[in-house]
Amino acid sequence: MAEKLVIIGAGMASGRMLEELLERGADYDITLFGAEPRGNYNRIMLSPVLAGEKTYEEIVTHDADWYRDNNITCRFGETVVKIDRKAKQVVSAGGVTPYDKLVVATGSASFFIPVTGNDLPGVVGFRDLDDVEAMTAAARKPDGKAVIIGGGLLGLEAAAALKLQGMDVTVLHLMDHLMERQLDPAAGYLLQKELESRGINVICNAHTKAILGHDHVDAVLLEDGTIHPADLVVMAAGIRPETRLAVDSGLHVERGIVVDDSMHTSDPHIFALGECVEHDSVVYGLVAPLFDMAKVLARTLTGETAAFIPPAVATRLKVTGVELFSAGEFDEDDGREDIVFRDPARGIYKRLVLEDNRIVGIVMYGDTADATWFFGKLTMAEDIGPIRETLIFGPAYQGDGLADPLAAVAAMPAEAEICGCNGVCKGTIVEAIADGADDLGKVRAATKASASCGNCTGLVEQLLASTLGDDFEAPTEQPVCGCTDLTHDDLRRIIKARALKSIPAVMQEAGWKTSCGCHVCRPALNYYLIAEWPLEYRDDQQSRFVNERNHANIQKDGTYSVVPRMWGGITTPQELRAIADAAEKYNVPTVHVTGGQRIDLLGVKREDLPDIWADLNAAGLVSGHAYSKGLRTVKTCVGTDHCRFGTQDSTGLGIKLEKILWGSWTPHKVKLAVSGCPRNCAEATCKDVGVICVDSGYEVSAAGAAGMELKETEPLAKVATEQEAIDLTVAFIQLYRENARYLDRPYKWVARVGMDWVRAQVVEDTDNRAALCARFEVSQSVYRKDPWAEQATDEHKQNKWSPLADLTLEAAE
Amino acid sequence: MSRWIDIAALDDIPARGARVVKTAQGCIAVFRTHDDRVFALDDACPHKNGTLSEGIVHGAAVTCPLHNWVINLETGMAEGPDEGQVATYQIRVENGRILLDASRLSARSAA
Repeated sequence: MAEKLVIIGAGMASGRMLEELLERGADYDITLFGAEPRGNYNRIMLSPVLAGEKTYEEIVTHDADWYRDNNITCRFGETVVKIDRKAKQVVSAGGVTPYDKLVVATGSASFFIPVTGNDLPGVVGFRDLDDVEAMTAAARKPDGKAVIIGGGLLGLEAAAALKLQGMDVTVLHLMDHLMERQLDPAAGYLLQKELESRGINVICNAHTKAILGHDHVDAVLLEDGTIHPADLVVMAAGIRPETRLAVDSGLHVERGIVVDDSMHTSDPHIFALGECVEHDSVVYGLVAPLFDMAKVLARTLTGETAAFIPPAVATRLKVTGVELFSAGEFDEDDGREDIVFRDPARGIYKRLVLEDNRIVGIVMYGDTADATWFFGKLTMAEDIGPIRETLIFGPAYQGDGLADPLAAVAAMPAEAEICGCNGVCKGTIVEAIADGADDLGKVRAATKASASCGNCTGLVEQLLASTLGDDFEAPTEQPVCGCTDLTHDDLRRIIKARALKSIPAVMQEAGWKTSCGCHVCRPALNYYLIAEWPLEYRDDQQSRFVNERNHANIQKDGTYSVVPRMWGGITTPQELRAIADAAEKYNVPTVHVTGGQRIDLLGVKREDLPDIWADLNAAGLVSGHAYSKGLRTVKTCVGTDHCRFGTQDSTGLGIKLEKILWGSWTPHKVKLAVSGCPRNCAEATCKDVGVICVDSGYEVSAAGAAGMELKETEPLAKVATEQEAIDLTVAFIQLYRENARYLDRPYKWVARVGMDWVRAQVVEDTDNRAALCARFEVSQSVYRKDPWAEQATDEHKQNKWSPLADLTLEAAE
Repeated sequence: MSRWIDIAALDDIPARGARVVKTAQGCIAVFRTHDDRVFALDDACPHKNGTLSEGIVHGAAVTCPLHNWVINLETGMAEGPDEGQVATYQIRVENGRILLDASRLSARSAA
């Protein structure tokens, strides 16, 4: 008599296992339990069913005839509630069913994030046909709103499908970029852009706090307080192996049911496969390894020896029109190298991860035509050494495919605007060149192009080069660094023109040659993005130089210097007492008075920083930003308060300026001074902006220097009121923030654009002055704050200021 | 022989960042790259002992915050024209946890 084989779970893994078993002519009396009231169907194709591109009937793998023809007793819609290992039987609503061999294939369940309201009607997972039917029903409501929690494979397929069904769709994703397990930031960015262009709202770094509603879901509340109305919430934040039966029966279960290479569980009569198992500490969620398990188990059940070897797995997103492929590994091992190809204009990104001249990881976006070719090399572990130089271009590689900035300029239409300030288009410039203007100066004289802010200088030079060919001398402007061919001005222009709002976005669109930049370009990009998108861009701490990341100045021995702010150089006995106390408490070896009228505590240990800041904060002292490319100090004299020569309240003006400007980030450091009379005790005429008070008002000058170079300020304007002096100063600094190259002090920038142009912008054009001040204020609504207070919290102490681990005892053994 | 110690979760280190592990012989800098690889090196630049853990991490390299030497995280070698090398340690990530080979630490204390 045939042995009794009982299978719990009628999904894809057990379905494939049955096919393999029957093909081998195995002689078993088979009973198949399934919790769903239907047989095996292709679960991977649920997304197209949801999108309305396929019907359920089209994705059925095994119909009733198949089970009948193969003599399989089907117990669909009947949940097994217990495995009795001692009696070798399973218990279900229909009674007990004895087995000789048992296969557990219970699959997985959607992970419902543990927040209030996750059990409300209208909150569904995305695992089976019932979920799809619930979603389809919700989509029938006019103007229905769907919120998808989770921006992984499943969540995005659900999002695209529900959008096709006419819903208003928002994806909430916990991480920095979509599909972070399969994609790197660049490909994640391209995917997000594509989905957004389809009208899907994507929010990354979204921490769900609660799901709101009474009888039915109404909305999703995020930790930051934003609320997203929802008629339907899809939980796509991951899956959990369904192991309850196995746990209750005492089988060895870790994250999944533990199986060996032959799919045996810890009970010799019980086997397991599919998403519910854990093999060699790994749990699987993609179908390819599950099918491999099915083959192995079928062999084991027919008495053959077989071992499961984890295969390389590949992912494709099943969203019509989105080309995306990911396979292999991107992390954890030493000795890996990247080959990256980007074609910004066509939205293409390809990355190969190599180890020992073999492909171990593939990410492709936009063009996946060669995916199979690369994947073949990955699975075969082929040595790609001989074709390495041209590998990334794929099997059809012919000739030189590299991007050329000159070709891009040459391809621009004649009516394309080159100089925004003076409204000069490409055609006008090319005509001028044809008429004999063969260098930058002559083009400027003839057309005014690049004669104002100078940001288009690079473009004009490229036009000269592409028009004149070898007759043109190479432009002097250097690229930012070896990661790109673009100059600082190019970068600022494309960040604005293409509305690029993240570092990966810029690197993708501008065709970066490295995977994540370097110490030269990253801080520059971070600044340009902060300056252009103050409200939207999130400051990237990892692209900050150490001093700006740690809000203190690193010294040669790894200690730091701490400088509290003294507004306008004014302090009080209480502040001095707090500084003295802090200096003693933290054993500060050197206390120094700076040239900017501040007190510098040198030699503070890194781990003491948050504590010394907290002590100084308690006395009302905040960061002096002595470490930042930003406003450093406003130096003053005592003016009319005390001085017999003082003409205006220079101290008061200095304090007002400092309170307006502090915390702002600028291309390089900015130092100001206000003197109360022309004797100029505050040395205002060698500062970035200097104000000299006179009887009749205020003389505002700018672009001085007293460092490696020495330069007197140039007059900006003389104004009658304090408010005008403030507005002029703020407008000048905002103009500098918006136009200068990173690490150019104001005097260098003014030398490039000319003081005449600056005056036209901030003195003569009063509307523009007001607009600059307004934009500065928008930015300051985010950045006018004390970083020390933010950094001195317990959370930061734990995550940033303390060591990752302390192994001092470990090593002392 | 390797002796792997679980020191922290991968997510305790920011991507393209580093943190330090204190040992009796000084700090070891543990780096996490943009693609989630981890590396462990002595936290001292071969040039003037700069704290490498405070440098900007790019690709599989870090730039020392003191004088911009670029150190290859895989080999510990200075890149470009600079010459020098930092000691490296065996480290790996398993199930989101960082494991450091502590055998070298003991070896150092014995030496």
